[in-house]
Amino acid sequence: MKMNGARIMLECLKLEGVDTVFGYPGGTVINIYDELFSFKDIRHILPRHEQAGVHAADGYARATGKVGVAIATSGPGATNTVTGIATAYMDSVPLVVITGQVPTPLIGNDAFQEVDIIGITRPCTKHSFLVKDVKDLPLIMKKAFYIARSGRPGPVLVDLPKDVQIATTEFKYPDTVDIRGYKPTIEGHPKQVEKAVTLLLGATKPVIYVGGGVVLANAAGELTSLARKLNAPVTTTLMGLGAFPEDDPLSLGLLGMHGTYYANMAVTNTDLLVAVGARFDDRVTGKIATFAPHAKIIHIDVDPTSIKKNVRVDLPIVGDVKDVLTRMLKVIEERADKVAEFRKSLGPWLEDIKGWKEKHPISFKQTSNVIKPQFVIQKLRELSDDDAIIATDVGQHQMWTAQFFTFTKPRTLLSSGGLGTMGYGLPAAMGAQAAFPKRQVIAICGDGGFQMNLQELATLVQNRLPVKICILNNNFLGMVRQWQELFFDKRYSQTCMELPIDFIKLAEAFGAKGFQATKPDEVESVIKKGFKTPGPVIMEFKIAREEKVLPMVPAGASLNEMVLNA
Amino acid sequence: MRHTITVLVENEFGVLSRVSGLFSGRGFNIDSLSVAPTNDESISRMTIVTSGDEQILEQISKQLNKLIDVIKVIDFTDESAIEREMALIKVTAEEESRAEVLRIVDIFRAKIIDVTPRSYTIEATGAPAKIEAILELLRPLGLKELVRTGPAAIGRGAKGWKG
Ligand SMILES: Cc1cc2nc3c(=O)[nH]c(=O)nc-3n(C[C@H](O)[C@H](O)[C@H](O)COP(=O)(O)OP(=O)(O)OC[C@H]3O[C@@H](n4cnc5c(N)ncnc54)[C@H](O)[C@@H]3O)c2cc1C
Ligand SMILES: Cc1ncc(C[n+]2csc(CCOP(=O)(O)OP(=O)(O)O)c2C)c(N)n1
Ligand SMILES: [Mg+2]
Repeated sequence: MKMNGARIMLECLKLEGVDTVFGYPGGTVINIYDELFSFKDIRHILPRHEQAGVHAADGYARATGKVGVAIATSGPGATNTVTGIATAYMDSVPLVVITGQVPTPLIGNDAFQEVDIIGITRPCTKHSFLVKDVKDLPLIMKKAFYIARSGRPGPVLVDLPKDVQIATTEFKYPDTVDIRGYKPTIEGHPKQVEKAVTLLLGATKPVIYVGGGVVLANAAGELTSLARKLNAPVTTTLMGLGAFPEDDPLSLGLLGMHGTYYANMAVTNTDLLVAVGARFDDRVTGKIATFAPHAKIIHIDVDPTSIKKNVRVDLPIVGDVKDVLTRMLKVIEERADKVAEFRKSLGPWLEDIKGWKEKHPISFKQTSNVIKPQFVIQKLRELSDDDAIIATDVGQHQMWTAQFFTFTKPRTLLSSGGLGTMGYGLPAAMGAQAAFPKRQVIAICGDGGFQMNLQELATLVQNRLPVKICILNNNFLGMVRQWQELFFDKRYSQTCMELPIDFIKLAEAFGAKGFQATKPDEVESVIKKGFKTPGPVIMEFKIAREEKVLPMVPAGASLNEMVLNA
Repeated sequence: MRHTITVLVENEFGVLSRVSGLFSGRGFNIDSLSVAPTNDESISRMTIVTSGDEQILEQISKQLNKLIDVIKVIDFTDESAIEREMALIKVTAEEESRAEVLRIVDIFRAKIIDVTPRSYTIEATGAPAKIEAILELLRPLGLKELVRTGPAAIGRGAKGWKG
């Protein structure tokens, strides 16, 4: 059937299984919106800012594992997407972002609302396409989705000029796609897998270091059975939280800058570190020279550039985590006797770890008159549904969530780790709620970051997305204040948010509800009320203003040089 | 260490900026770069000369491979490839030095491609080391302008990379 480019684009989305898109209209996408007007198979959500639209698509993608889709007009619409795209890129989130572009004959003329968005986003997209001919559009869309979701996932941008949206052609969607320059290695090399198991079973102090790749590969199940079969302790990065149940005795929780004492001690003393879908970020390693100094390192990653980028690796395995772990589990099955012996030999190591756990458990000092943020996080865990989805913003509250929430399921924590984008939390929660209207979705924000995308309260109310928003209000840009306290002599330059905001009235102005807790004994009732109230709700907690996130490894220090107490 | 890397890429607009952006964005050096289509018109071939330690070179090569438009990356070490480069050299040639320039051109089997009463323009082709050598001899006579293409590289032996 003959169709115009705008319609073809929508048909492609539908054929890719897209049910929800987040987009904002404008001159160069008006033809797409005209087609959308009568296109019933896709739900369109209108955010109040294109950045939030991309974060919402990102939250949708992280929560579901599907490709998130966002649409923006050319020029300012396109530039507004950049932070969202960069956020997704750093955390390997699959997105397809469609931007309108000025008509092809005008490209390069400094036309009205023209920007070179392909050029601007080149360093923060996995790939991008400028569609010059409507005949190319179906294949480009097919490629865009394939590239976004396969291998190491990431955002792909499709720049679609207005004249291409208007031009018509016969529509046929290709069944398959083959890109000669793009063939990700999925299957782990059997010899390498054998060697890895041999190394593992020869270790006496192993640690499994789990990253976001395990979540992205939907391999939490395989990872968990591997750890349990071997009885080997597991630590996760911020992005890996949920890939291994944190209530399991083998869990060491978070490692790195704000990781637990015992995770960082275990990594410092291990003789074999098995990195699974993790990329040795500097927030994790601290000083490279003293990172896991006694360990042989096995590194499993689908992206060869992640391997040996920051640390030496003794045994690399390129491949999809799910495939590699499945192969490892098979080899382990075949070596049952060796495994039994190995489990027995781990006794002293597990004792060491137990000792570290007892010496410095993750903890905080409770007080009777001021609310401790950690207490709020614990209460949230206690009172929320088992499968609740938590989206965080960026700052202290993000780290307290990582430390105190006890994640047990993959894709239940949505957080901007790599870029650390303030303003991410609320729109990401919105995207997750759009994907799962029936599940409990909670946004945990700081007072600062919440204000970076608070306009999305309108989107929540309009679309009946009942996100529960917790604001841990310290009236500070707390994370920066903490650095100023520790490393800049308490010179709180521009981190105090002088103006107290009435978040309750703010909620009401948008047609939402708001509750506030100022004392510890109000925390539980506010959470209960918030959860019970239908629709979007703000729960504001006035927390101890100068509480710090601890432990902390100062930037550039070794993992065992933690600041443990105030 | 100096490395010569050959990159086969899709012959499409924007590919060069992806490759050069990768180098600049990650702080890798490009000493020289040459590009042109191959026998297969859908493929272009780049020859990039870069330098860095082994770890950096490994990253460069992996990062290039990661680009969707890159079809193949070949990292030539010294022995495995033949390299040729062309230089166009405008050199001062007045009374006393005119004969000297001609002698040098002759020794290096270069060519004079433009003549004025006060200058010669020379075309020299060869391995980069040969170009360096002729330049070293010409420099004292007065180099007015120099253009180098950067080397093109091809593997030794019977095996060929299609494209
Ligand atoms: C304020 C702040 C503080 C922070 N503090 C900490 C901290 O204390 N500790 C901490 O851990 N982080 C912390 N972070 C987050 C940190 O910056 C990084 O984002 C995080 O450590 C990276 O996690 P990762 O290594 O799991 O990598 P990810 O970014 O999740 O990367 C995933 C890796 O897996 C690979 N991969 C993807 N898919 C697959 C697949 N299917 N198969 C195989 N491999 C795959 C990718 O190639 C990549 O190498 C902090 C962030 C902020 C903003
Ligand atoms: C867009 C953006 N700007 C600046 C920063 C730097 N930054 C990191 S954390 C932080 C403070 C966040 O304050 P708030 O949202 O109140 O959270 P808190 O740390 O107090 O929990 C700042 C400014 C950032 N990460 N993102
Ligand atoms: Mg704050």
